[in-house]
Amino acid sequence: MPIEILMPALSPTMREGRLARWLKAEGDAIKSGDALAEIETDKATMELESVEDGILGRILVPAETDGVPVNTPLALLLLEGESPPAAAQTQTPTTANPPPPVIPTAPSPPAPTARAAPTATHRQTVRDALRDAMAEEMRRDPDVFLIGEEVGQYQGAYKISQGLLDEFGPKRIIDTPITEMGFTGLACGAAFSGLKPIVEFMTFNFSLQAIDHILNSAAKTRYMSGGQLSCPIVFRGPNGAAARVGAQHSQDFSSWYAHCPGLKVVAPWSAADAKGLLKSAIRDPDPVVVLENELLYGQTFDVPDDPDFVIPFGQAEIVRPGSHVTLVAWSRMVQVALDAAQILKAEGIEAEVINLRSLRPLDIGTLVASVQKTNRIVTVEEGWPVAGIAAEIAAQIVEQAFDWLDAPPTRVCGADVPLPYAATLERLALPQPDTVAAAARAVCYRHNDGGAA
Amino acid sequence: MAAKIDPATPATPPPQELLRLYRSMLLIRRFEEKAGQLYGMGLINGFCHLYIGQEAVVTGMQAMAEPADSCITSYRDHGHMLACGLDPKGVMAELTGRADGYSRGKGGSMHMFSREHRFYGGHGIVGAQVPLGIGLGFAHQYRGDGGVAHIYLGDGAVNQGQVYESFNMAALWKLPVVFVIENNLYAMGTASARHAAGDELCARGAAYGIPGERIDGMNVLSVRSAAARALAYARAGAGPFILEMMTYRFRGHSMSDPAKYRSKEEVSEMRDHHDPIDRLRQTLTDRGVIDEAGLKEIDRTIKACVAAAAEFAQASPEPAASELWTDVLTEA
Repeated sequence: MPIEILMPALSPTMREGRLARWLKAEGDAIKSGDALAEIETDKATMELESVEDGILGRILVPAETDGVPVNTPLALLLLEGESPPAAAQTQTPTTANPPPPVIPTAPSPPAPTARAAPTATHRQTVRDALRDAMAEEMRRDPDVFLIGEEVGQYQGAYKISQGLLDEFGPKRIIDTPITEMGFTGLACGAAFSGLKPIVEFMTFNFSLQAIDHILNSAAKTRYMSGGQLSCPIVFRGPNGAAARVGAQHSQDFSSWYAHCPGLKVVAPWSAADAKGLLKSAIRDPDPVVVLENELLYGQTFDVPDDPDFVIPFGQAEIVRPGSHVTLVAWSRMVQVALDAAQILKAEGIEAEVINLRSLRPLDIGTLVASVQKTNRIVTVEEGWPVAGIAAEIAAQIVEQAFDWLDAPPTRVCGADVPLPYAATLERLALPQPDTVAAAARAVCYRHNDGGAA
Repeated sequence: MAAKIDPATPATPPPQELLRLYRSMLLIRRFEEKAGQLYGMGLINGFCHLYIGQEAVVTGMQAMAEPADSCITSYRDHGHMLACGLDPKGVMAELTGRADGYSRGKGGSMHMFSREHRFYGGHGIVGAQVPLGIGLGFAHQYRGDGGVAHIYLGDGAVNQGQVYESFNMAALWKLPVVFVIENNLYAMGTASARHAAGDELCARGAAYGIPGERIDGMNVLSVRSAAARALAYARAGAGPFILEMMTYRFRGHSMSDPAKYRSKEEVSEMRDHHDPIDRLRQTLTDRGVIDEAGLKEIDRTIKACVAAAAEFAQASPEPAASELWTDVLTEA
């Protein structure tokens, strides 16, 4: 039997890739380790190597094919003595092979939103929106620079800074050693003297190495100096769980940073959020923590064309209006809440989904107004429950909207455990649309008898 | 690379410069003595780390500073502020926690800053000022303003990991910085031999190719000469330089020091025979730069200045309650 050469998964979050070009032709002799093709993912271009000796039989997916799902057969490798299958079979691979697995598409399309109709927009990934935000602000202000691990020559560990080194050069796109405490302290010192650094943490997990400077140097100096010295700095990078990377690489720092006066903390969901909030952060005179999410980087949304589009801090957005229950979320959990809202809709429950966007300052006014309408609130937090953002929201809602509540404020949080690796356990550890829907039913005093499913 | 205590005879500056150095050190000495008194009277609280005995270090360094240079240090910072030109009244008023203090009473002894004088603190976390300081150096290089960052750290701080992260980046990018290790022999109460492997802290940059010299930090003229060499090196774009200043604090680590970790005899020996101010006074009289009457006049002037600062610091009002909520963020 010929060996099927499959589209490989080249990163924990890769679902599909582009087959850029074939490096071998049909009929070529192949040795184990030979590069067969170039695969482009949203993060990198990599070579696909053969793991066996043989002859390249049929090529099933031609060069320059976009969106090839992981595990799709790309070609057949003939072992000694084997002959290629008939050509007719393979010219149209979809008829000869089982249909390729459906691309696990962007969960579900964003539901209609209540946001003001923007002017002209374009479709863009969160990744490109973040890059454009930095590039536009760097063009605007020569004091802005980007510093972090692999932001330059590597083009960004998650490709966020792709192309920036070419445009801005090594003076402003600075590759550092692996030295988080050092480069974070350096950036804070540069900010004291008036420069405006953007510090990229490869992931926010590594910001723990640098947290002394984020709190003691960046957040407190303005106060301790009686207003003489500010620290105009942005700390950004992917936060929270990605996919199957285990406990040390999967922590949500929302409540850690939102706890601290002197910091502003935002957590974008859509590409428009990402662009508008990051631009605001770079222009802000105070330290801002921008908590991105790796799983959102490749997702596409509408982004306003206006180069001065910014999103002010402290303004939540109602992404789906509803009258029966308020679902509050931020970052990737907004999509989970929207998916839960779809489930609930089928049961006659209209959920109002609020994208918090900004964690400090917190737009409690929008939440109170929503609770006054729905009389019920469920928060969806990827992080741990103890002393979380959801706990803070529950406290403030009880303080400010107690008489409007028809049910206790309810939290759906990440499980109170270090994040496990196994797929089954990881899924159980994170809020899912069904767990959110269950919490919403409970505050609506509705019981799902399974009939809706 | 690391040298023994610099054996070269330091250059002798002109008489006016010698007098300026003397006044500068004496101001720090008298200021710190007054701060100690006010602490005893309950007018200054919290942590208060006096610089008495170490005056020659920052005085000799500042003597060679250029206007574009910046300065950053740890929590034993009163002397550095005075040497950088901050007003003794504002410093003392911050120590008493009053509205006219440099941080409007919100910083205290360890947290004072002056953008005007390019003094960037005053940092209470041991070692944190070192990466912050190379950030100041980074900014000098980014702007091309010709400045050098003077980064002070103690012998205790040299065991913090972030110091080496900073050495690495400063050397890698040839940042214009001078690391001034004020080795007063004790990290709080732990003697160097009990906390630092190796003999010379000036050699701690050797792996990064950073030149280091050990200097007699109780002789302001030696410090001044070393400062000239190190600052010229950094200013020329050659990268960082380490100066290990051998010094001694005559008082405790802070105001609540049990003084159990070193002998009274050791302290007396240093006070009686190695006081940097006595030493310069001797030079001044030996060379006939000034007579006894002149020295008394200087002393009187400085005492008056410090007394005025103390008076100001007690007369200044407590911060208004509304100050609690200001300066957390930049108000729009």
